[in-house]
Amino acid sequence: MESTMVEKRHDYSLGFEETELRLGLPGDGEATKKRGFSETIDLKLKLQTVDSKDIEAEAEKMKRSASQKNLLACSNDPEKPPAPKAQVVGWPPVRSFRKNIMSVQSDKGNKEEGEKSATFVKVSMDGAPYLRKIDLKMYRSYQELSVALEKMFSSFTIGNCSSQGIKGRDFMNESKLMDLINGSEYVPTYEDKDGDWMLVGDVPWEMFIDSCKRLRIMKGSEAIGLAPKAMEKCKNKS
Amino acid sequence: MRRERCDMSEVEGGERGGAGGGDGAGDGVADAPPPFSDRVLENVLENVLQFLSSPRDRNAASLVCRSWYRAEAQTRRELFIGNCYAVSPRRATERFRCIRAVVLKGKPRFADFNLVPSNWGAHFHPWVSTMAAAYPWLEKLCLKRISVADGDLSLLAHSFPNFKELSLICCEGFGTAGLAIIAEKCRHLRVLDLIEDCVEDEEDETVDWISRFPGTTTSLESLGFDCVGSAVNFEALEALVARSPALRWLRVNHHVSVEQLRRLMARAPQLTHLGTGSFGSAAAAAPLLQGGGSSVEDLAWTFAASKSLVCLSGFRDVEPHYLPAIHPVCANLTSLNFSFAEVTAEELEPVIRRCHNLQNFWVLDTVGDEGLQAVAATCKDLRELKVFPLDPREDSEGSVSDVGLIAISEGCRKLRSILYFCQQMTNAAVITMSQNCQDLVVFRLCIMGRRRPDHWTGEPMDEGFGAIVMNCKKLRRLAVSGLLTDKAFAYIGEYGKLVRTLSVAFAGNSDLGLRYVLEGCNKLQKLEIRDSPFGDSALLSGLHHYYNMRFVWMSSCKLSPRGCKVVAQMLPLLVVEVIRDRDEDHDNEAVSKLYMYRSLAGSRNDAPSFVEIL
Repeated sequence: MESTMVEKRHDYSLGFEETELRLGLPGDGEATKKRGFSETIDLKLKLQTVDSKDIEAEAEKMKRSASQKNLLACSNDPEKPPAPKAQVVGWPPVRSFRKNIMSVQSDKGNKEEGEKSATFVKVSMDGAPYLRKIDLKMYRSYQELSVALEKMFSSFTIGNCSSQGIKGRDFMNESKLMDLINGSEYVPTYEDKDGDWMLVGDVPWEMFIDSCKRLRIMKGSEAIGLAPKAMEKCKNKS
Repeated sequence: MRRERCDMSEVEGGERGGAGGGDGAGDGVADAPPPFSDRVLENVLENVLQFLSSPRDRNAASLVCRSWYRAEAQTRRELFIGNCYAVSPRRATERFRCIRAVVLKGKPRFADFNLVPSNWGAHFHPWVSTMAAAYPWLEKLCLKRISVADGDLSLLAHSFPNFKELSLICCEGFGTAGLAIIAEKCRHLRVLDLIEDCVEDEEDETVDWISRFPGTTTSLESLGFDCVGSAVNFEALEALVARSPALRWLRVNHHVSVEQLRRLMARAPQLTHLGTGSFGSAAAAAPLLQGGGSSVEDLAWTFAASKSLVCLSGFRDVEPHYLPAIHPVCANLTSLNFSFAEVTAEELEPVIRRCHNLQNFWVLDTVGDEGLQAVAATCKDLRELKVFPLDPREDSEGSVSDVGLIAISEGCRKLRSILYFCQQMTNAAVITMSQNCQDLVVFRLCIMGRRRPDHWTGEPMDEGFGAIVMNCKKLRRLAVSGLLTDKAFAYIGEYGKLVRTLSVAFAGNSDLGLRYVLEGCNKLQKLEIRDSPFGDSALLSGLHHYYNMRFVWMSSCKLSPRGCKVVAQMLPLLVVEVIRDRDEDHDNEAVSKLYMYRSLAGSRNDAPSFVEIL
């Protein structure tokens, strides 16, 4: 019911806009609106969304609110400077074959602008039929990574294994870790340069992206073997 | 080029699926033998038809009458299947009994950009097992975007004793074990081309496949493995090259250093096409002329001795000081692929300045507008240009822009095909190109920022693309980007009368955009759209045309299951697939991915759980 009412309002406002200046060809009627509010905002804001689906949803929300001329419905603060955009799946349309090669080449450290290179790592989740690949350099903290992984594999939660995003220096507290392990939660682990499997969240973020070779989101019950190491570290630090 | 048949041959022709075309003559044609007089006529016809090679001509011939249909089916030697799901292997092999060469294409192109979940389909297995029985004399196979397992390669190697040529383009699912079986069992192998495949082995299970080629003189003419991630046994490779006197095309992977390359080139001075591997020294840490490193002069001598070279690629880890070594061959080059070479304009200039005969040039945007100006100054014969981004992200710093595009358009008037990635563009530059390069058949512009407008005027890119379709009267393939309103699509629909392939992303305002295209572009065969606000009513406006198309892909648009169902009901010979992302709600009202294609085979029986066929 609600949605049809919103649509009706939508139609009304389009009717009123008929005399307005627009970019479409003359005589197009209702179907052509002037360039949507969403597109304008999109240009300037660089919305922070993880995949194209989200962008569609955002645009949807904004088009509706635009027709009601409600600027406040915009979910991002227009004043914030654009944060580095999280990747949209498959955009720009460069074959993953090529993307992978370029990232490997840049890892060889020949470039002056090392910060601009990408660090793609495979992400697997126990039980998922296929793997994903993410660019670790797109994120600046464990929190951002957690959000992104959550969106990718929506049925799992990192929980609060990382700090609350404060430079990754706080380590897991024992009770939270036990909650995670004992429950059926998933636990993110990674393989480091030495080939060892580590629990995500132990080391500072910068160190993590340098040493992480691949990610695996394990079932909590299987991560038991990793727990003692992390717990020892916790004990030593706290 | 031999390979053009397998490529999306926009510049050539012959796209109508061999099996999709002439079946109007009906089923069961092969049953009752015709009367004697007709058989004589058919024999005569067969003798004539064997000279007909283009699939289009053959499809036309097969429609004349039953007799011609039979004769054509008997004499067709090359089978082209543009969509592996458009026809069943059994039906294809029953109609065409004497096939020697097959081209088979599978997944939609957007699979290259991770938009198609893995395990979607396009498996080689049903085809190879059917062909193993039906075509024992099969010689050539070209697969594009097909899922090929090692077991399939094994079946291939064991089933076709006369097998000669295997090309795998953008395929996956196999590893070095499969390659080893091909090398070992296909004793008459002339061509093994692996192009942008994903060749992955389980950890520590890499097989030394190069050593498995026959120990005697081989008939190899073309060997390409630049996409194989694991290193090959170099001594075995060198020995193989030495005993392959017919070898003309050799493309090695990035594990081959420049020193090793020299040794290979010395063994095969007759090469015409060379993929140079890393083009960096194995002794990277050591100074140039000491111990292990190869000197530029030595390398240049080796190139000078390869007088037949016309095509160079590779340069995966190129050390710029080695580049002058290729100067001796530049004047003869028709193709140069620098698309993995991070070179600056300065490093490019001395090379490109010598490439007067260059027709195909692929390059990274690290050369910048200045590098493109150098190209424009020399390469007057350029037909195809591809400029790839070093940093393929939306907000990376771009090094090429409208300036480079204008320069190319002014210098390279014979340009037929362009793929151009950039961060910013202007309508003026695109209009200029449309006026200067009237021979354009393929125009693919990718402005990497989504919905980015003309960076001078702030306007949409409608006028630029409009000019392209208006002025480039031979245009067959178009990819659009940047900020685009429905007006751009109105132009495309009105002027793009020859357009066969259209790629759209993050563009348009409303259903009208898609309607303009579907109603106007009557030669449209392949349509791929993502993240554009086109809904059910637009989809329905194309009902009159979908049977003439190879496929339609629409993802993250505004389609609903109801609209897609209507299409499926109205067009029973169209397979309408709704593909779900793994993390999607099943009651979700919007269709996230639609892939539909005409088919004589009905719904496929190998669809995974996340694909719903309406």
